[in-house]
Amino acid sequence: MNISTEISDRKMKQRLLKDKIFTNAMIFLAFLSGVPLFLILYQLAIKGYRQLNISFFFEEAPDTMEAMVAVANNEIIPGGIANGIVGTLIIVGLASLIAIPVGIICGTYLAENAEGKFAGLVRFIVDMLQGVPSIVLGVIGYIWIVKPVTNGFSALAGSVALSIMMLPSIVRSTEETLKMIPGTLKEAALSLGVPYHKVILKVILPTGISGILTGVILGISRIAGETAPLMLTALGSTVVNTNITEPSSAVPLLVWEFYNDPNLVNMIWSASLFLLLLILGLNLSAKAIAKKWKVQY
Amino acid sequence: MESTILKQVQMPTEQKYKENVVIKNPIENIESPVLKIDDLSVSYGGDKYAIQNVSAGIAKNKITAIMGPSGCGKSTLLRAINRMHELYPNTHNKGGVYLGDENIYELNPIQLRRKIGMVFQRPNPFPTMSIYDNVIAGFNLNGIKLKRSEKDEIVEKSLREVALWDEVKDALHNRGTFLSGGQQQRLCIARALAYTPDIILLDEPTSALDPIATSKIEDLLVKLKKDFTIVLVTHNMSQAARISDYSMFMYLGELVEYGKTKQMFTTPKDKRTEEYLTGKFG
Ligand SMILES: Nc1ncnc2c1ncn2[C@@H]1O[C@H](COP(=O)(O)OP(=O)(O)OP(=O)(O)O)[C@@H](O)[C@H]1O
Ligand SMILES: [Mg+2]
Repeated sequence: MNISTEISDRKMKQRLLKDKIFTNAMIFLAFLSGVPLFLILYQLAIKGYRQLNISFFFEEAPDTMEAMVAVANNEIIPGGIANGIVGTLIIVGLASLIAIPVGIICGTYLAENAEGKFAGLVRFIVDMLQGVPSIVLGVIGYIWIVKPVTNGFSALAGSVALSIMMLPSIVRSTEETLKMIPGTLKEAALSLGVPYHKVILKVILPTGISGILTGVILGISRIAGETAPLMLTALGSTVVNTNITEPSSAVPLLVWEFYNDPNLVNMIWSASLFLLLLILGLNLSAKAIAKKWKVQY
Repeated sequence: MESTILKQVQMPTEQKYKENVVIKNPIENIESPVLKIDDLSVSYGGDKYAIQNVSAGIAKNKITAIMGPSGCGKSTLLRAINRMHELYPNTHNKGGVYLGDENIYELNPIQLRRKIGMVFQRPNPFPTMSIYDNVIAGFNLNGIKLKRSEKDEIVEKSLREVALWDEVKDALHNRGTFLSGGQQQRLCIARALAYTPDIILLDEPTSALDPIATSKIEDLLVKLKKDFTIVLVTHNMSQAARISDYSMFMYLGELVEYGKTKQMFTTPKDKRTEEYLTGKFG
């Protein structure tokens, strides 16, 4: 009796030890996977913070001569990325304007016709779309808009390319969200004589609002940092441009331009830091909305 | 609970039954029915019918219970009464349902469902809406404009009718989903009542509730029949015995027997009814 409990005590201790090692290993690995993000943020902050002043947000990108003089005098480079910020806002905003209604309607259709053949086809296509390389979407924007519509590089072409890119995330998050909503809710509304379109617009979609918004924001954060499709569509611009049929800058395009200009290399860090913070902010707000606006049913 | 009912259902064993009695036109059984189901058959597609040749009159200001084993077509019959079965794309029916002199299949759904309300098995308040908005949802969602004072009046009256007013009057603008299951179900009944329908259909309204909440709803239904006609699907025989005035027994899509509840529980005419009531199947 005594002996056997002693043995099991020892075994117990061994087990507890193993458990402890395992748990700590998990914590360590989890920590490790968080390290790159902090290293990146640290790197960008150290190198970029000096450039982050008022003019960074409100002035256009400096030209290479000015920058060279400033660097030679060990001053901060004058000017900012206002052309990129405005361009990103316009291009991403317009892309959202196109993709959000289409995506939500499409996702709703898929959720409402889960079994249908056509729905199956649409779902398949949307999944494929998710895998299309972003540069190919740039080519599409070039062929569809740059050549025939705006007769030259334009913000609009960039928006179209990016809207295709954000579509799958909106469609799928809408579909998944709506599928989770119990059918009894729809029955409740129908049993009050509410026509189908109003049931969808006034009962089903509001009930799924948090999931849908989360998908939308993640979609936005996915395209906000895209560079490749914009190279073939929006092209870039050294000045603030609000005409969507004209070439436009964007923050990720500026990072690329800074990289290509030895005098402007110092601007990379601050522009990247801005872009990264913007996207992190979007992701955080997506999480907050998912939690705060969650409808309990 | 069940056992006391079974005692009530002691049957004279020597009684003989005709096999498969089909009761033709039980409409005649009910004096001045508010609703007439006339030789109704409903299919979810193809030529298989979930209910077949059902005829029955529904008595005004009474509780009519629909009983029968799972899958026999109770919900189908109930839903056919306010056309909720049309939710499924391939349904078709034969026969008709008449509310007064109107064929319900010729009314539009808003008109029909203002006259025939429905309550479901699981409480299903609208989760985005407050208690207040839930009660008034039938008006709001259909774009029926009411004055603030009219709304207030409807909300209070409906919540009083379901004995929920005192419990929620200080929280009218909180979400309905924060209520208990029984309260939610009463809220759903209030939502149906707000439209002042003639008939309220309930599909196993207490099967997701605990006994206390169940008995509250039963008391409520008995009170409500003063103003409304109630049709209730229930799996629970003792519930049917306790609160219903008339009972239907359905089996395999057929209305096997229909009559006064007391009489059906004491002297069922059909052998299948008796077997079901004594717990031999179902
Ligand atoms: N949407 C549907 N599509 C096809 N068949 C259906 C559908 N709903 C019900 N049925 C079939 O119709 C028949 C009657 O179903 P119904 O739901 O009316 O039964 P019920 O008596 O309410 O059963 P329960 O007690 O389990 O609720 C069953 O055979 C069922 O399989
Ligand atoms: Mg049923």
